[in-house]
Amino acid sequence: MPDTLPFPPRMGSNAGQPLSRRDGPLKVTGAATFAADNHPEGMLYAVPATAAIARGRVTGMNVAAARAHPGVVEVYTPANRPPLMHDPDEKLGLFGMRMEALQNDSVRYAGQPIAFVVAETLEAATEGAALLAPEYAAEPARVTAETGERYTPERVGFGGPLSVGAGDIEAGLAAAAHRLETRFETPDQYHNAMEPHALVAQWDGDKLTLDTPNQAIVMACGLFAAYFGIPAENIHLRSPFLGGGFGSKAVPTGAQILTILAARELGRPVKLALTRQQMFGPVGHRARTWQTLRMGLDGAGKLTALHHHSTGATSSFDDFIEPAAAASRTLYASPAILTTHDGIRLDTGTPGAMRAPGEASGSAALEVAIDEAAEVCGMNPLAFRLANYAEVEPITGKPYSSKALRECYEAGAKAFGWASRPLAPRQMRDEAGMLTGWGMGTAVFHCPMFPASAEAVIRADGTAVIRTSGADMGQGAWTALAQIGAAALGLDPDQVEFESGHSHLPDAGVAGGSGHTASAGQALHNAGEDAVARLAELASTDPASPLYGTGNAGVLARRGRLYARDDESRSESYAEILARAGKPQVEGTGKGARDPASAETYALQAHGAVFAEVKVDPELGQMRVSRMIGAFAAGRIINPKLARSQYLGGMIWGLSFALHEEAIHDRRTGRIVNADFAGYHVPVNADVPEMEAIMIHEDDPHVNVLGVKGVGEIGITGSVGAVANAIWHATGFRPHRFPVRIEDVLPSLS
Amino acid sequence: MSVTVSTTVNGDSVDFVCAPDETLLDALRGRLGLTGAKEGCGTGDCGACSVTLNGRLVCSCLVLAVEAEGQEIATVEGMAAGETLHPLQRAFIDHAALQCGICTPGILVAAKALLEKTPDPSDEEVRYWLAGNLCRCTGYDKIVRAVQAAAAEMRRA
Ligand code: FES
Ligand code: FES
Repeated sequence: MPDTLPFPPRMGSNAGQPLSRRDGPLKVTGAATFAADNHPEGMLYAVPATAAIARGRVTGMNVAAARAHPGVVEVYTPANRPPLMHDPDEKLGLFGMRMEALQNDSVRYAGQPIAFVVAETLEAATEGAALLAPEYAAEPARVTAETGERYTPERVGFGGPLSVGAGDIEAGLAAAAHRLETRFETPDQYHNAMEPHALVAQWDGDKLTLDTPNQAIVMACGLFAAYFGIPAENIHLRSPFLGGGFGSKAVPTGAQILTILAARELGRPVKLALTRQQMFGPVGHRARTWQTLRMGLDGAGKLTALHHHSTGATSSFDDFIEPAAAASRTLYASPAILTTHDGIRLDTGTPGAMRAPGEASGSAALEVAIDEAAEVCGMNPLAFRLANYAEVEPITGKPYSSKALRECYEAGAKAFGWASRPLAPRQMRDEAGMLTGWGMGTAVFHCPMFPASAEAVIRADGTAVIRTSGADMGQGAWTALAQIGAAALGLDPDQVEFESGHSHLPDAGVAGGSGHTASAGQALHNAGEDAVARLAELASTDPASPLYGTGNAGVLARRGRLYARDDESRSESYAEILARAGKPQVEGTGKGARDPASAETYALQAHGAVFAEVKVDPELGQMRVSRMIGAFAAGRIINPKLARSQYLGGMIWGLSFALHEEAIHDRRTGRIVNADFAGYHVPVNADVPEMEAIMIHEDDPHVNVLGVKGVGEIGITGSVGAVANAIWHATGFRPHRFPVRIEDVLPSLS
Repeated sequence: MSVTVSTTVNGDSVDFVCAPDETLLDALRGRLGLTGAKEGCGTGDCGACSVTLNGRLVCSCLVLAVEAEGQEIATVEGMAAGETLHPLQRAFIDHAALQCGICTPGILVAAKALLEKTPDPSDEEVRYWLAGNLCRCTGYDKIVRAVQAAAAEMRRA
């Protein structure tokens, strides 16, 4: 069983336990209600019509034909779209995106909504949209690095700096015994959560109910409300289950806004569920990067300089640039490090955060480059990484709040059998004659927190209810957050009701950045402690209580009782305390947020090491991952069963980045030619081997009160490099472009 | 135009009215309120809509509702016996073989169809049988473990 830390005695015993997910029974019986499963009385269906060109204008549509189709209720185009209270071309807040909500007739990428059909049935709306048969004045599509406009963005990612560094790169390169310059390309990838973006909108006067999967439930209400000029509180957003999000379900998109508008105009509930094809464009993606790494190495295999530059693609009208070079800021020690970015504008939808934004693409390049550096120095890739181990954060010089990366390397290498790896490539074959290679990569991900709040109520019968607007997109928030809340309350999880997943609850912040458990968890922890403190106050000031005089810091909460800290023979149950006080309940509130002092003092990062075995058919060039082991240190693990799923899921996303995923644009039309699950490859059961995630003990008193770092994204980082490096070890071919294709490795096999 | 279709759904006779161009998936979800089967692609590529027709595993997004006339339809809603979960359902929870859970109904239906034909499958057979059921949360290896655990339990029973 993985090593997990016990909570302090105050926190009871359930956090740290590998409980099964609380929502499991609903999900295996089909009873879990996802957004598109809602079917209110009188509901209409909405279908967007989308652009078949990548740039230009819509010059005509056969609106009359669409309207005349039986069952079609309304057709919206820029000519008749009712006004919105916020301009879709103005960004809202840090995370908001510019969107297309029929504000004009321009087309800025293929797949953009250009009209919106509402009908009595899905079939009628779909047919109505087809009957529009739009005509265009098309301009040449710019979907390649050569045709796009190169520019210098002001920021990368969500407000991050363009350039960060320390030391003198050129001096480091000049002094080096070996110099290496290496280039990488990563492709456009689409989140493709299995659940399409769906929304059911129902108005009641100026009150709005939205059933829609969302990763930032309270924040999203504020964004939706702005477009309709209503207070955010007027919106009840229900998102009890998300069928995956991966970063694509946090902010409103144009088709969702139009659905809400149509529901208001037509006075009936309206449902939107994008088709798979319609998810390639308007709902974000991970954009292409072109990366260059320049490295200097001394005679002992230590970095003297590391310059990582990434050019990121973005849309012609918005600015999200993948912060890919950031991956090189915190991982390997070097006297000179520089990370820089610029951008290229293309006629695509605007990219956004997709699982491990920045780090996934950046780590893919960095970890291959590091392997190339090890090769240049004639060193084992693990020994090379250890030689360049960062004892403090390289650029800032800050100590890490905790860093058990060395232990990850050790445990992962041991479990994998790394010690018997031959140094040179192309040394191993299996019994079927497959070229076999072993590769590794280092995993790293930062530990952000978002402001969150929660409440906890201990009831007269000694049970409790805890509340926060958490979003469970599969990661297990319903379970892990409930465990934290229950632990803080000194109760078992089954004594605690968890209200979550809708907007009429305290704001749980964003389920993203691997920060949800830490942020909402800390809020729940503090709320639970606050409720217990109030209970202790009642008991310790009541002469009739065995706890009289203990003071509220003088008690422990465990299994529904308060105990005197220095004399556990003195105790009283929650129900007894409340009954004597004549109170129906006590309430506590709590907040979660990063402590600025710890962020100022410490580098906060989770780490890991991933090892992969790849088999390559020497005749066909087919590559299969046959084994994968990751070892991760991410602070305290609340639920090892669910955390393991997150680690393995991340590693498979890494495998997929290395071998499968790529959206391909037709250069002439600018359209994505593989915009469906037939053409856009994601791994299937048959692509994925047996794998293991090892959890390394890490006790972190600084990252937050819970010691939680986050596990959702780190698994991708390191894994892409591990697979690519294993391909090199099997074949001698060094991948510089993802996904690695058969035609890339074939020449090295003949 | 609408058509009346007579079927058996999870053991009960069910008649419903649908349009001739309506998919079985839309009829199940929209007309019969059986929303366990999901639409992940609408093109037969993801398996989220898996149901069985007379015991044969199909993508209900590729079947017209009218084609179900006279057939026995089985969906995820029919797997548990009242409150008692099917061994596969229990094994999926125990082995953490589901995360967001939106692919899960289709995978359970497909796995059940596999075990009815092949009660003692190899890991390889499970992986390839379920290769048409995409899971973007990528619970893959755990799905194989869960199916094997359920298969072992069902063989003992
Ligand atoms: S919805 Fe039927 S296979 Fe994807
Ligand atoms: S559990 Fe989310 S898609 Fe399979």
